[in-house]
Amino acid sequence: MSVGILGTKVGMTQIFDESGKSVPVTVIQAGPCTVTQIKTKETDGYMAVQLGYGEVAQKALNRPELGHLSKVGAGPLRHLKEYRLADSAQYELGGQVKVDIFEPGQVVDVIGTSIGRGFAGYQKRHNFRRGPMAHGSKNHRLPGSIGPGTTPGRVYPGRRMAGRMGGCQVTIRKLTIVRVDTERNLLLVKGSVPGKPGGLLNVVPAKQVGK
Amino acid sequence: MKAQEIIRSIESEQMKQSLPTIYVGDTVKVGVIIQEGGKERTQPYEGVVISKKGSGINQNITVRKTFQGVGVERVFLLHSPRIESIKVLRRGKVRRAKLYYLRDRVGKATRLKQRFDRSLNS
Repeated sequence: MSVGILGTKVGMTQIFDESGKSVPVTVIQAGPCTVTQIKTKETDGYMAVQLGYGEVAQKALNRPELGHLSKVGAGPLRHLKEYRLADSAQYELGGQVKVDIFEPGQVVDVIGTSIGRGFAGYQKRHNFRRGPMAHGSKNHRLPGSIGPGTTPGRVYPGRRMAGRMGGCQVTIRKLTIVRVDTERNLLLVKGSVPGKPGGLLNVVPAKQVGK
Repeated sequence: MKAQEIIRSIESEQMKQSLPTIYVGDTVKVGVIIQEGGKERTQPYEGVVISKKGSGINQNITVRKTFQGVGVERVFLLHSPRIESIKVLRRGKVRRAKLYYLRDRVGKATRLKQRFDRSLNS
């Protein structure tokens, strides 16, 4: 129930902490995001703010999208994302959300799209064991049995099989923010995040489960 | 700024300005800062560089020595603040980029020929 920020993955590197230990970090170029819409209880039934990120050319957006953004007076923005809030009154239309909403040491969740693996087999997609490679075996990367015989006479739904892998939304939870660079709009997060450099990321304060 | 420039600028803040030129085969003395009962002191570690790896901030060397008949290898991140000093004591003449064959040798066979065409302070 608090506002996050949209950003782009820049890449990974390592930095040294105070004790001289090397910490693996992901660099995220986040914000500044423009508040493009404020949802209130009266008009929408719930409280939220919508943030826009990623300036693009005018022709990249269609007219409904441009019309929506023209109410704010912001330039054409590629990505819009809504954050539900307990109180959305403190935000004003056209305002900016920058990386200074985070501070070093804070725990965040990073949401992004994982790297697409295409049509992946059993081993890569579901961590199946492989068959023996030698002694005349022809069963190398096959799944083995996928169910009983005449009874039930069908394969049960949910059976893990080969198919499209990756390219779906992934949340990496509880990553620590190591450094916040307000000048260059950078966030340094300990650990890895989904996707390739250049991918869109959504950084939100860590969700507390069970509270 | 482009992605690689951003990462390079973050790394360059942490990198040491002056490091001696280290080659594989050199005998080096590395001053490592260790913590001992709440106090910090520098512990020297001396041995032969058998491998150089990585680039930029991740540059590291593997230093091998034989201590009480047991081979010891330590990997040092060159730009780490825990590495206080590195001094080249001797330049070795080798024909490999990785001297892993020294692991299979004991005693006299682990000696490396010294080379004199490279200066020690550069």
